[in-house]
Amino acid sequence: MSVRAKLPRWAELGLLPAINLIAALLLSGAIIKLIGESPWAALKLMADGAFGSQESIGYTFYYATNFIFTGLAVAVAYHAGLFNIGAEGQAYIGGLGTGLVCLWLGAWPFWAVLPLAILAGALFGAAWAFIPAWLQARRGSHIVITTIMFNFIASALMTWLLVNVLIRPGQQSPESREFAPNAFMPGLHTLLGKIGIPFTSTPLNLAFLLALAAAALVWVLLWRTHWGYALRVAGQNPAAAVYAGILPPRVTLWAMLLSGALAGSLGLNELMGSQHRILLDFPGGAGFVGIAVALMGRNHPVGIFLAAVLFGALVQGGSQLSFDMPHVNRDMVVVIQGLVILFCGALENVFRVPLTRILTRKELGR
Amino acid sequence: METYTLIILLLAATIRVATPLLLAALAGMFSERSGVIALGLEGMMLGAAFASAAVAAVSGSAWLGLGAGIATGMALALLLAFACVTHRGNQVVAGMALNIMVAGLGPALALAWFDLGGQTPQLEGHGQRFLAITWPWAAAADKVPFPGRLYSQLLSGHNLIVYLAAVLVPLSAWVLYRTRFGLRLRAVGENPSAVDTAGISVTRLRYQAVMISGVLCGVAGTYLSTAASAGFVRDMTAGKGYLALAALIFGKWKPYPTLGACLLFAFTDALATRLQGVDLPLVGVIPVQFILALPYVLTVLLLAGFVGTAVPPSAIGVPYAKEK
Repeated sequence: MSVRAKLPRWAELGLLPAINLIAALLLSGAIIKLIGESPWAALKLMADGAFGSQESIGYTFYYATNFIFTGLAVAVAYHAGLFNIGAEGQAYIGGLGTGLVCLWLGAWPFWAVLPLAILAGALFGAAWAFIPAWLQARRGSHIVITTIMFNFIASALMTWLLVNVLIRPGQQSPESREFAPNAFMPGLHTLLGKIGIPFTSTPLNLAFLLALAAAALVWVLLWRTHWGYALRVAGQNPAAAVYAGILPPRVTLWAMLLSGALAGSLGLNELMGSQHRILLDFPGGAGFVGIAVALMGRNHPVGIFLAAVLFGALVQGGSQLSFDMPHVNRDMVVVIQGLVILFCGALENVFRVPLTRILTRKELGR
Repeated sequence: METYTLIILLLAATIRVATPLLLAALAGMFSERSGVIALGLEGMMLGAAFASAAVAAVSGSAWLGLGAGIATGMALALLLAFACVTHRGNQVVAGMALNIMVAGLGPALALAWFDLGGQTPQLEGHGQRFLAITWPWAAAADKVPFPGRLYSQLLSGHNLIVYLAAVLVPLSAWVLYRTRFGLRLRAVGENPSAVDTAGISVTRLRYQAVMISGVLCGVAGTYLSTAASAGFVRDMTAGKGYLALAALIFGKWKPYPTLGACLLFAFTDALATRLQGVDLPLVGVIPVQFILALPYVLTVLLLAGFVGTAVPPSAIGVPYAKEK
């Protein structure tokens, strides 16, 4: 490795992600222009669609909740030096755990269902992450490839379960019966209503607060415990970690378990909060958006929250956009997500290197 | 007799399913053998599928479609190489970014240009698609069950790209093991600094390798949208790029074993289609999903070292930094 000057903290956390985001948005604008619509009008429509009313804000944060969970999942693995592409599958299987609890124990009161649903989601998600983690730690199988394979295996397994086992009798579409109302996550508008703040009814629900709690928990675990310190050391320099008495294979296992548990919590928002049943492909790519969110948020819980809100706004604003511009559909949002991953992840050195040169030269001159 | 016909149909279906897998897996082989992870196969294929179907629909020529598919594959490969080789970006991230971007871009452009809800117009048979080629005397051979029908129904009656893919296996093997370029390509994936020391440009070799993978993915994508089906639809690669990557690993990054892996995976796919809802003696109905998941399970088992071993090129995924 060549010796490389480091960016100042404010540039690393603020300026560089902003430049990358602007580059991605500029290119997206060029594509919208190519399609024959005005990028500026599209941006205004999206911003209005995402934040223009209480309803749109509710939807934006509802989508963001999924992305906080998956973004945290990717970030935890990243800090341990692992690339978890399997958040999608872990979210799928985790949601199965949450869904099963809701189906079986729906007659129980909500305060009893909730902890069990959280636990089941985390356990199922962690279990699905455990196998690739164990294979990486003990047999050296590349975790990127195994987690990709596990996404497909999860998808096949869930299709089979939904088509053959969980399907509501006498129904064609492969989805389970609806949960009992006891197992519904209370909407945030009801909670706000109880403390006297009126808010429009949206799918935004208690799971949003759970996601924030998860973000806080990740922060404490990673930056305020020995366990988190060991995890980050093993991620940055496994050789040094060994000399410090840290066992990297064990860190791999624990990091992936936490990562899978976080991804597995997506069902709390998506299933308990909104769909109220288990259905095909409910993660809907949130596991992959999690990669973009983690990259954009610099793998820090605060950054992940901000990036998740940004991506939630993109999804919500994008659906508004597809209503108002007949030639732009929701796929445009996927393009923007891809471009953000490209610029914040794969092409980050394009701006990092010149920026470092400019900023450090200034300091040296002083 | 009945079983015989069934087996021929099953094998013919295997060949059709295996073709795009094989093209993509060979694409991945060139890329990974040079040390660049081939996670972008899915995106390059999907991009090419869109471009070839769009151009074939507008121009009325499947050949122009193929050209557009290859050009798109190469353009996306260039982007990958720019990110991974020139700027030493994370190769996994670059591949995922490409896949996600193209998954959105294809339907977005299709909607804007053709207004068919994210698809391209239905391609007509004459000239816009690569259609089945009937070999000489196939009709006569068909009257003789064995071996005539093997000739008429298994070997004859596929489109041009299928035969092209078959030829590309020995060709790739030859390039990889019998040419100077192939030797250097393999060396750069194992020990780039040695190649650099010998005065050969690592950057140039890796660009070439990734571009070759773009060309092959271009052909694979064209196969999907203008030969196997009549137009581009959303997500039409359906994970074939990742399955090809699995086949490449299963084939231990070597041409002929990779061909074997592609045929095996394609066979499970063809079998799953055949066995859908069929009540077999002794075992009953085998869930299709289990058969479809088999390639992924097998690959995981292989990677875990339970079914042989898979040793990747040693410099894979590591951007090369020339020492100053």
